[in-house]
Amino acid sequence: MPVTVSRLRIPPEQAVGPIDLLPTETLKGVYRMMFLIREFETVVNHLFLRGRVPGTIHLCRGQEATLVGTMVALDKEDRITLTHRGHGQALAKGVDPAGLLAELMGRAGGVCRGMGGSLHVGDWSVGALPAIAIVGASSPIATGLALAAKRQGTGRVTCNFFGDGTASKGELHEAMNLAAVWELPVVFLCENNVYAATTHISEYMKNEYVSERAAAYRMPGVSVYGNDPLAVYEAVKVAVDQARAGGGPSLVECLTYRRDGHKRDDPAAYRDDREVEAWLKTDPIPAFRNRLREESGVLQEELAAIEASVEDELIAAQGFAHQSPYPDVQQRLSYVYA
Amino acid sequence: MSMPDLTTAPPAVRVGGNRTLTIVEAMREALREEMAAEDRVFVMGEDIVVGGAFLVTLGLAEDMGVDRVLNTPISENGFLGLAIGAAIEGLRPVVDMQYGDFLFTAADQLIQQASKLRYMSGGQVKIPLVLQLPTGASGRGAQHANSMESYFFGLPGIKIVTPSNPYDAKGLLKSSIRDDNVVLFIVHKHLYGSRGRALQHEQTSVGEVPGEEYLVPIGVGKVIEEGQDITVVANNVVLHHALNAASRLEGEGISVEVIDPRTLVPFDIDLVIESVEKTNRLLIVEENPARGGWGPWVISEVIRRAFYSIDAPIARLAANDTPIPFSPPLERASVPTEERIVEAIRQVIHG
Repeated sequence: MPVTVSRLRIPPEQAVGPIDLLPTETLKGVYRMMFLIREFETVVNHLFLRGRVPGTIHLCRGQEATLVGTMVALDKEDRITLTHRGHGQALAKGVDPAGLLAELMGRAGGVCRGMGGSLHVGDWSVGALPAIAIVGASSPIATGLALAAKRQGTGRVTCNFFGDGTASKGELHEAMNLAAVWELPVVFLCENNVYAATTHISEYMKNEYVSERAAAYRMPGVSVYGNDPLAVYEAVKVAVDQARAGGGPSLVECLTYRRDGHKRDDPAAYRDDREVEAWLKTDPIPAFRNRLREESGVLQEELAAIEASVEDELIAAQGFAHQSPYPDVQQRLSYVYA
Repeated sequence: MSMPDLTTAPPAVRVGGNRTLTIVEAMREALREEMAAEDRVFVMGEDIVVGGAFLVTLGLAEDMGVDRVLNTPISENGFLGLAIGAAIEGLRPVVDMQYGDFLFTAADQLIQQASKLRYMSGGQVKIPLVLQLPTGASGRGAQHANSMESYFFGLPGIKIVTPSNPYDAKGLLKSSIRDDNVVLFIVHKHLYGSRGRALQHEQTSVGEVPGEEYLVPIGVGKVIEEGQDITVVANNVVLHHALNAASRLEGEGISVEVIDPRTLVPFDIDLVIESVEKTNRLLIVEENPARGGWGPWVISEVIRRAFYSIDAPIARLAANDTPIPFSPPLERASVPTEERIVEAIRQVIHG
């Protein structure tokens, strides 16, 4: 991808993927999941502000195309590791929204029985390893999941989600080296949302792109426009196919933008106004909605029906989460040992 | 630092028809048996194809293949995390950390990941993982001398095993590999068995190991010497100093009961309580710096549960609250020795 000006102070070229990469029904599913993630996060924010979600939250609004485009390239049996900004990653992999919301609220019906919370969501039964909230720590573990897949011959691929901030962590580099040396079926998937918490990428990295780091380990590294699910899917599919065929790891960097602050109490006032304005115009959800209407001929009514079904699902999820009791206090002594 | 120490691991010797092994040989046998019995078991670490720093894996790569005796880059953080991932998927890795001290470079993977992923996930995953950690002061200066058990004794979610002889080392390593949890397998470097440098007491690292299969359960301590006047609880290499001290004090009419906890987590505290209720006196000996360690916890339990059985102030020997110095006389002065244990016991008995 061509080098853009100002180190992502403005969005990169919006190089979208071809609409005919996937069947229309799949595209509608992609849109539904993107919309679900956006609305889920909005519900979470609402509940958080009303004191129903304890602790802290890291919202992923704006990064939906990267998450869903990646997931379409993976098989159901494949594995992902999640970050501290993991709600959308979990949903996209197939974690139930009701169980996810209950987890965020610390309820017994949560996907981790209330033991994890927002920072540790996941459901191993759908291949989403409960999230590792320490930046960088998931990369070696993902590489170990891939080692097991290779050794056991399961054909599974592991996708390690990480942010641009992780590019500065030694663990990521140790993991990339191990994966490269042992040719493990892992895809290092960077959600580059331009900020490591509050620090702009230009302040902590000399490289133009995180993907340049892949060359150090002689693995493919690409950067794609991360606000179009098909651009993401196209790149991740190449990496997944290579991994599954025994060709080893790749690094795929998706250039996207965090619409919210880093966490619950961060208004993100440190961001440049012109930068924010330019990036917010690249909102992946209306953009993909327009593509479906204009390029795939999906009708307005169909999209409205999808959106209504998402709202229904989230209303049901909220009902489930609110009705789910808190865990019995004795549960705090469980799960220490197997 | 990373080169195998070719002076270790003498060959097995036979004494009076009984089979005796060093701890290293006993551990190697445990690995060999468990790998033969279970495909999912594999070993990984630096330089282990040629045997590793202490030759624990000597000859294993030839027999089991380099896929199951996996040489790693010098990348502790990376390969410990990788082992966690492999364990989550059902493999049973044994990670040779070369020196226990190197675990600190991968501390997050142990403290934040391995010990917590099961808990945080509400029991969704389990992590059957053994970390082999050569430990303790051994003439290598401060950075290869840490008592790893002391740093992780307070960490919930893991088990800590510290065998002191070949029989226990083999039986406990086999149990650790079969355990579905994270186990720190900690052996003092002076116990491994060294041909190059004479051991202070040869019996510390050579012992009888039966040919037939057996396990030593995790969490069960052992009374090594029965006695009436004082209970001494010690592990790893200082246990051997305590045993020597006990023999010397026999001549003074002091009968010492010596307990090897064998496992620090979970700790067989009932065994210690029972003994103190009989002897009414207690000395703890551990090699880690005095400010940390497992001893204070044991003492607090004894006070809580057997306060009215105690007839004399409880004593404790540990290392100085300093890094371990290099110069041999300084190192010897820093850690509990046989002489200091003898003196401490006399002090408790005679006041």
